[in-house]
Amino acid sequence: MHNFLFGIYPYIAISVMILGSIARYERDPFTWKSSSSQMLRRKQLVIGSVLFHVGVLIIFLGHFFGLLTPIWVFDALGISHEIKQILAIAAGGFAGVMALIGGGILFHRRWTEPRIRQNSSFADIAILALLLFQLMLGILTIFVSLQHLDGHEMTTFMAWALGIVTFDFNAASYIADASIIFKLHIFVGLTIFLLFPFTRLVHIISGFAAPFRFLLRPGYQVVRSRRQIPLPKRTISKITPAE
Amino acid sequence: MRIRAQIGMVLNLDKCIGCHTCSVTCKNVWTSRDGVEYAWFNNVETKPGLGYPTDWENQSRWNGGWERTKAGKLQPKQGSKWRILANIFANPDLPEIDDYYEPFDFDYDHLKSAPEMEAFPTARPRSKITGERMQKIEKGPNWDEILGGEFSKRSEDYNFDGIEKQIYGDYENTFMMYLPRLCEHCLNPTCVSSCPSGAIYKREEDGIVLIDQEKCRGWRMCVSGCPYKKVYYNWSTGKSEKCTLCYPRIESGNPTVCSETCVGRIRYLGVMLYDADKIEEAASVENTQDLYDAQLGVFLDPNDPEIIEAARADGIPEDWIKGAQESPIWKMAMDWKVAFPLHPEYRTLPMVWYIPPLSPIQNAAEAGAIGMDCGMPDVKNLRIPVKYLANMLTAGDEGPVVTALERMLAMRSYMRSKTVEGVIDEGIAERVGLTGRMIEDMYKIMALADYEDRFVIPTTHREKVEDAYDLKGGCGFTDGNGCSAGISKGSLFGGSKRPLKMPAEVK
Repeated sequence: MHNFLFGIYPYIAISVMILGSIARYERDPFTWKSSSSQMLRRKQLVIGSVLFHVGVLIIFLGHFFGLLTPIWVFDALGISHEIKQILAIAAGGFAGVMALIGGGILFHRRWTEPRIRQNSSFADIAILALLLFQLMLGILTIFVSLQHLDGHEMTTFMAWALGIVTFDFNAASYIADASIIFKLHIFVGLTIFLLFPFTRLVHIISGFAAPFRFLLRPGYQVVRSRRQIPLPKRTISKITPAE
Repeated sequence: MRIRAQIGMVLNLDKCIGCHTCSVTCKNVWTSRDGVEYAWFNNVETKPGLGYPTDWENQSRWNGGWERTKAGKLQPKQGSKWRILANIFANPDLPEIDDYYEPFDFDYDHLKSAPEMEAFPTARPRSKITGERMQKIEKGPNWDEILGGEFSKRSEDYNFDGIEKQIYGDYENTFMMYLPRLCEHCLNPTCVSSCPSGAIYKREEDGIVLIDQEKCRGWRMCVSGCPYKKVYYNWSTGKSEKCTLCYPRIESGNPTVCSETCVGRIRYLGVMLYDADKIEEAASVENTQDLYDAQLGVFLDPNDPEIIEAARADGIPEDWIKGAQESPIWKMAMDWKVAFPLHPEYRTLPMVWYIPPLSPIQNAAEAGAIGMDCGMPDVKNLRIPVKYLANMLTAGDEGPVVTALERMLAMRSYMRSKTVEGVIDEGIAERVGLTGRMIEDMYKIMALADYEDRFVIPTTHREKVEDAYDLKGGCGFTDGNGCSAGISKGSLFGGSKRPLKMPAEVK
């Protein structure tokens, strides 16, 4: 069971996330959206949404680089495991509390505001609840970590994550002794990956893509043409506009 | 220089009777769906009034349109690209639905299903968003119609800027006019430049601004970017929608639904040729009062042989050039100078223009004190203050508005003397810088307003750019995903696929 949950389930979850997202983007691009409810009720959204999104982004980047950077990079940089763990606890704890407060505000708003409740799907509410649950688990892991600050347990998770992405079939065994809180946190995280393409979470991809498209877009106008072949270059020396 | 063609519209406010037929037919065709009940791609406002959404003209509140930076560059008033991205989690300039109104319906069924009771049964309102009973309707799509509400409210109208407005609160001095509004299909649209996804685009062949529903991700920056508040967020689908200028009708040479059904025959549609390379320069002139003239400078004379030659080279079809030559828009905007853009100070170079309304001469003036100017009443004595119209149409510059009103008065005077007294008085025409012939033409197009004179719309030339075979079996406009086959050429799941050829971005 342990091997299935932490050795095989990650591949299922990530595969579904990638293939599901491709299929949804390709087959049903109309449903790919952020589903913002700001228009219906502004109250609570601004503070809640900003706290939540900024918090989650910090956590996401922290996990991404914290788990997938090979440990020898930190060793080479002279960052000890203890320091890295304390850094992760401090930054993750701060961002986690931030996201939890923001997410809590958003959940309260979604649940109690009739306009939004009425127009929320089951998936909208469920995924937010799941994210909040995951945030709480994440914050709970801090208390487990605080009991052993030597950074050893953290390195096992790094080895596991790196093992998964490098197809190391023994990956699951690295975290066999981890605390149940950590295991639950990982399992819920993978489940969020699994559900990703079937919920509004797909807007995360657009959110990451938007800055590139937007900032690199030249000029101020977007003009589309049905023309398949560009017009030939024309040079007319003098054109007098009307009046 | 790159010549492009644009379908422009002119609305003759002098003839608008405020019947809302345009709004209702538009709604029946385009926005009778969930999520956009509150949206009116076309609406008619009574001015002075705060309009819909409330106070939309006040850009210090909504930050719509463009601003000119100190360096002389244009940037959306809501912020540069970085600022827009920073606000992606919560858009501070987005109106709430209550700024429009909470959409509602009535319990009509209760009228016939109510049991026998002492009081007459009534149909009470119910919210279309929550489905719950609404105790009181706080606002509607035309809440300040016919000067509804007290003067202190409607005097907050942005167009009163620089006017001693208190006297217009008096019953004797009160005035009003109608302002039908739709998407301006701007030459320099802020909605397009605000969209992080690049989902909004202007069509090269006819200038219609559309939102790609499959590319829109619901970031909502277009809603706040548009100073006319004519992009609407569909709260049900999570996508933005806007007036399409009824492009399926325009493509087949028919007028838009609002124009077709206008009982006052106030709407005109026609082609304008413009120089796409001059847009940025025109939109960034320093003084806002120069924007009207700057926009006139972007338009190109379709009768100039050099322009015709260049237009042909730029792929503008022959009948579009001919359409531009016969365009009623060109005549009213360029030849007679009676039509003006709505709020040019937003720097969007709008393409729905307005002929200012004449209004009755003030009572006091009529009793003898009237300022008559060579047999014609002085337009300064019109009931609607010229400054008010100028604030709306020329960024406050009264000169062009005065000229337009004088020309319209001259047209009446000239035609009256011709048909009643049988005298053709060229002097009337000369005094306003026109000729008798021009006035006769004005009369034909603006007063008689035959269908063929109002709508000069060449059909789209798809045959030149698309393989019609690909369109075979398509399901047309579906307002959503409909029968979309996706956007890529290849099929993910095998089999051949013939996707709808989406227009490609012009580099």
